[in-house]
Amino acid sequence: MSLAVDLVMVLLILTAAVWTILARDRRDAVIAFIVLGLLLSLVWMRLLAVDVALTEAAVGGGATGLVLLRACARLLPVEADGALPGLRLQVAVGVLCAVVGACLAAVILSPPEPAPSLAPAVAAHMEDVGLKNPVTVVLLAYRALDTLLEKVVLVLGLIGVWALAPDLFWGGRPASLRAAVPSGTLTFLARVLPPIGVLIGIYLVWNGADHPGGTFQGGTVLAAMWLLVMMADLGDPPETRALRLRRLVAVGPALFIAVGLAGFGMADGFLSYPPGYAKPIIVAVEVALALSIAVILGLMVAGPAAKEPDQ
Amino acid sequence: MMPYATTPGGWMLVLALMLPVVGMLGIFALGLRHAERIAHATLLAGLAVALAIAVEVGRSGQAVTYLIGGWRPPLGIALQADGLSAVLMVMTSVILCSVGVFARGSFSSPPDGAEVRRPFVFWTLLLGLWSALNTVWLAQDLFSLFVALELLTFSAVPLVCLDGSRDTLRAALRYLLFALAGSVFYLMGTGLIYGAYGTMDIASLHQVARADWATSVALGLMIVGLMAKAALFPLHLWLPPAHAGAPAAASAVLSALVVKAPFILILRLWFDVAPQPLPAAAGAMLAGLGAASILFCSIMALRQARLKLMIAYSTVAQVGYLFLVFPLVMGSAAEMPWDSVGWTGGVLQLVSHAFAKAAMFLAAGLIAEALGHDRIADLGGAAKGVPVTVAAFALAGLSLMGLPPAGGFISKLMLLTAAVETANWWIAATILAGGILAATYVFRVVGSALAQPRAGLVMKAVPLNRELAVLTLALIAVALGFLPLQPLDYLGIGRGGMP
Amino acid sequence: MTPATLYGLCAAALVAIGLFGLILHPSPLRKVISFNLVGSGTFLFFGVAARRGAVAGFLGDPVPQAMVITGIVVAFAATALAVALLLRMLESGAPTVDGPPEQPDDLSP
Repeated sequence: MSLAVDLVMVLLILTAAVWTILARDRRDAVIAFIVLGLLLSLVWMRLLAVDVALTEAAVGGGATGLVLLRACARLLPVEADGALPGLRLQVAVGVLCAVVGACLAAVILSPPEPAPSLAPAVAAHMEDVGLKNPVTVVLLAYRALDTLLEKVVLVLGLIGVWALAPDLFWGGRPASLRAAVPSGTLTFLARVLPPIGVLIGIYLVWNGADHPGGTFQGGTVLAAMWLLVMMADLGDPPETRALRLRRLVAVGPALFIAVGLAGFGMADGFLSYPPGYAKPIIVAVEVALALSIAVILGLMVAGPAAKEPDQ
Repeated sequence: MMPYATTPGGWMLVLALMLPVVGMLGIFALGLRHAERIAHATLLAGLAVALAIAVEVGRSGQAVTYLIGGWRPPLGIALQADGLSAVLMVMTSVILCSVGVFARGSFSSPPDGAEVRRPFVFWTLLLGLWSALNTVWLAQDLFSLFVALELLTFSAVPLVCLDGSRDTLRAALRYLLFALAGSVFYLMGTGLIYGAYGTMDIASLHQVARADWATSVALGLMIVGLMAKAALFPLHLWLPPAHAGAPAAASAVLSALVVKAPFILILRLWFDVAPQPLPAAAGAMLAGLGAASILFCSIMALRQARLKLMIAYSTVAQVGYLFLVFPLVMGSAAEMPWDSVGWTGGVLQLVSHAFAKAAMFLAAGLIAEALGHDRIADLGGAAKGVPVTVAAFALAGLSLMGLPPAGGFISKLMLLTAAVETANWWIAATILAGGILAATYVFRVVGSALAQPRAGLVMKAVPLNRELAVLTLALIAVALGFLPLQPLDYLGIGRGGMP
Repeated sequence: MTPATLYGLCAAALVAIGLFGLILHPSPLRKVISFNLVGSGTFLFFGVAARRGAVAGFLGDPVPQAMVITGIVVAFAATALAVALLLRMLESGAPTVDGPPEQPDDLSP
């Protein structure tokens, strides 16, 4: 019975995937992709990975979908999608892709017995860190270096997006996010939702220490609220030269590095936490990171500066 | 293999990763006014750290190791500098420091203190790129290496389109798509590896890797992904427009350093992760693609009208040499891979090409600034206007051709020796043919630069310190030619436990 | 068949479908979307490993789950950068003119 549900899910996912590729209109493709993102977050629930499900819904489907939808709107007057190339080439590439897929499927069908896992090792040291959500422990303690470097990836990505501004506009505001059709509902939502959303975002970060949730999920919800306000035209995107904004972007990674380096003096070295204080330190780092992530995600969706800076 | 433990001086590895990040965040948060000062201070400090690590590796005769947060792999992540990584770190920091001196001329902030785009983007991304490279040289965890590869992509791609012209934007987009496709294949492989072994730690994998289907598929996906990033034929199409379109200071870094990172990862997967012995046919295939890169792209280099495009094609050809090492090392009689002539030859080729190619791109940048263009046919007068630069270009050219005295001579001679020892005659023939082709395209440029200037040619003067930065790099490429013609013990330090 | 295996096969199919679009679609935006499909399939492989490694009282191995979270965020940043780049490229001039003839607008990886 339960497997039947999974089977239906897989069929829906593959339909959405094929539609994403074959749809003639790029807007249809993007919508199919967003649907796929939602289905995938359900899959992550089925795989009992709630943290990933939240991230996939917020970032994978949500934020990515928004970026793609905006691109569609702006591409409309510029360029149409070309059609797929001729049938013969399609068959040749199709065979190649099918071979790759078959190789991967064969690997999946012959799993090692017993399946290897680091779960016991994770469990063995959870006490030392003092948090109850194992995924947060992995992200902020055992593999904190990856998490830190990936924040650096986000900052570099933002610089990369900003770098695309014409010289004249450097430091100015990104293009307005105003929805094409001013909608009363959107304005209403943008007035009502943000206070609630901000609370949810903070709750997700706070809660992430012991339950599913965490910096990304919380940060994305905060970013979504900010974007909603901008889309409803209740606020313009900020000037990219504003140093206050820059510092909000940098505060999360900077605090993370500072805490990491403080570990040299106060604990066992870089990115280790003094025993007994791990939890408050990690929560503080997560709050700062969530703030930075919210600002970075919002700014990456908004895009490079599109107006001259104000005098 | 000894279990990991943090060694004395291990904390320096953390500095090597974090210094550039701190500098980058500093410029980002404080604005452009301080950019150059922060960048130069960071470059100097980073050079000192790299040298200190290299000295510590040599002094202790073992790898310098650091366990992040004190967590032992496979749960935690280890950083490790063995002889090879130490050499790569020093190479990276010396080249970046020279580029830093060179770039003061092209990316200084305006005197009125207003923030402008190009210097801000250049200095922040240069530092980001450095931390990415150091992470690639040091991390012992396949997933951390994925994050490092992404750091590298995100720093490198926007440098390509710093000019903002349509051509460079198109080149950057193509580069980004290739790089992302490469990363996702690499990541797919690591996912399968985790599913099979429950660890991402290279040393642990070295002990448990089995010669089975899952491992082969995983490694195959990862290596194909990395091949696209290293621009190995036929996945090289993105490289020439991207490296030629970037500003000279960025081109130098991309060609000298960035393409080397995926190659080093392939080398590590091949000799440190994959179950040994690997089938000889697999090594021959990589070398065959390398040989195709050498021949095809050397000929393409010959056909270019623009200097920077020629140098970019030459990069693909010279990276092709690196892929010759697989059959040469696998077929060698040496007990350990790094005891073989082919291994040392390959590493020397990587290092000497890095210095030579950085010098060449910077020289091309200065020549273009002096003449106002980089058409090879019209370079006449360059030798009169910027003699030091043209001399540096010629010296760097020696290394590409493999003529004495130059690092490229030693490295290619070692690869040739290894090819003869292992009876890979076709590799020997490719090395010789590649040398002749390189000589032809380098002499074409030098000959044109030595020609009489066109009547009425007005040349812009370039500051001597920028010329000297270029010459320094070229001289280092030459100086490498005085290394002894035998396997270097230093390159084997810290690899002892890996059979 | 366990759900993990079923979703693993689904992941293999997602990769194949995405790869098809990545190679064949001429438009850069469609390539970016296809890249995201390949990425989603890739993340699912980590999910399969996590579910299969459910021991020690956990519902799944948290290590690959943490890696996927990192991966999803990196993929978002990549998408945002690629989209900004292609918008700037397409808006920076007439779509078909200029550019040397030996570099056609073909972005096939």
